[in-house]
Amino acid sequence: MWKRKEEEQITPEFSTAGSPVGPAVPAPARPAEAVRGEGLRSAEVATIGKSVVVKGELSGSEDLILDGEVEGSITLRGQTLTVGPNGRVRANIEARNVILHGRVNGNIKAAERVDLRKSASLTGDIVTARISIEDGAFFKGGIDIQKPEPAARVEPKPQTSAASATVPPSLSAQGTLLEPKKL
Amino acid sequence: MCVVPGILSRLFGGAERQSVGEAPLPGQKVSRRSTGFNEFIRSVSREDGLKILDLGATSPANITFMTGLGHRFHQEDVLHLASDKSLIIPNGDGGTTVDVDRFLRENLCFKRAEFDAVMFWDLADFLPEPLVKPLIERIHVAMKPGGMMLAFFHTKDAGPDAPFYRYNIAAKDTLELQPIRGFRLQRVFNSRHVENLFREYASIKFFLGRDNIREVLVVR
Repeated sequence: MWKRKEEEQITPEFSTAGSPVGPAVPAPARPAEAVRGEGLRSAEVATIGKSVVVKGELSGSEDLILDGEVEGSITLRGQTLTVGPNGRVRANIEARNVILHGRVNGNIKAAERVDLRKSASLTGDIVTARISIEDGAFFKGGIDIQKPEPAARVEPKPQTSAASATVPPSLSAQGTLLEPKKL
Repeated sequence: MCVVPGILSRLFGGAERQSVGEAPLPGQKVSRRSTGFNEFIRSVSREDGLKILDLGATSPANITFMTGLGHRFHQEDVLHLASDKSLIIPNGDGGTTVDVDRFLRENLCFKRAEFDAVMFWDLADFLPEPLVKPLIERIHVAMKPGGMMLAFFHTKDAGPDAPFYRYNIAAKDTLELQPIRGFRLQRVFNSRHVENLFREYASIKFFLGRDNIREVLVVR
């Protein structure tokens, strides 16, 4: 009778209040599952798992969680890209929203918002309408805040659950999908 | 009789006098009024679309404040970058030094006369010695003529345990200082040293604080 239903369980927030900020101490890596809970449901997003390495041009029309490595360019116009704690990106990124937990070397152009979480490291320039940077995040580059354009939003197609380390059909990687790395 | 905690110290200026040199408790933020910063902000508020360089620890508050004024913002956390252990090289005398050439090759790669204003904070007191002068010279090249730089210097009364802070802009005349562990005060500059450091610049203006901090506004 007093048991809570599972649906009532709340994903814990990752507060930075009072947390020490030490540049020499990297924040502990968080599992991609924890990232997935932050505003994105697994049924609506594609995932690139942490053992996947992609070289080339990555584009798509659905939200993407990237916990692996990408070198080249990422274009998700109208969608949200989440770089997970294990994510390593050496690419320019274009998306509607970009949420960073991992490491990115490249420029980010986000129509709506860029979130740098505390474990994020970004070396590159940001062009966006809104930005949020948590304490502890490392950022080296320029920021240009631009007013959002009243552009038509691309509605995401309904999608079945995407398994880790798979690239769904709506994501095209015009490059090499390399063998999973030995861990 | 009921006494509100802290009210007496606030009445007598305690909040303003809270020393930057005194070690705060872990996580404790210190609020500090700053005349030099106030003047700096007045200067950059006269027009929008300026390009501002922040060389301190990454501060969301600073980004929000400066972009809110309509400026473009560039962040480069110099002390964090300088603490990269791979920059340490042998100096030939059996000791070690910082690879200044590599540091300057990989960081602070700006165009000539790119920035209208620079927030240097108190980095000169915490950076490795070999980097200080080359860094000031690099900034000189990157600043526009007439551009303004804000820098802080500890006085010798601050003591060797003066903490390193992330400087967050709280208001036009107020900074919120957030201690960051892991960095030690390396040296203290006197006024003459400061003048020598910026001798290539057009002018220098000192603001003597009551809290062992000397605020300096330098014009390129």
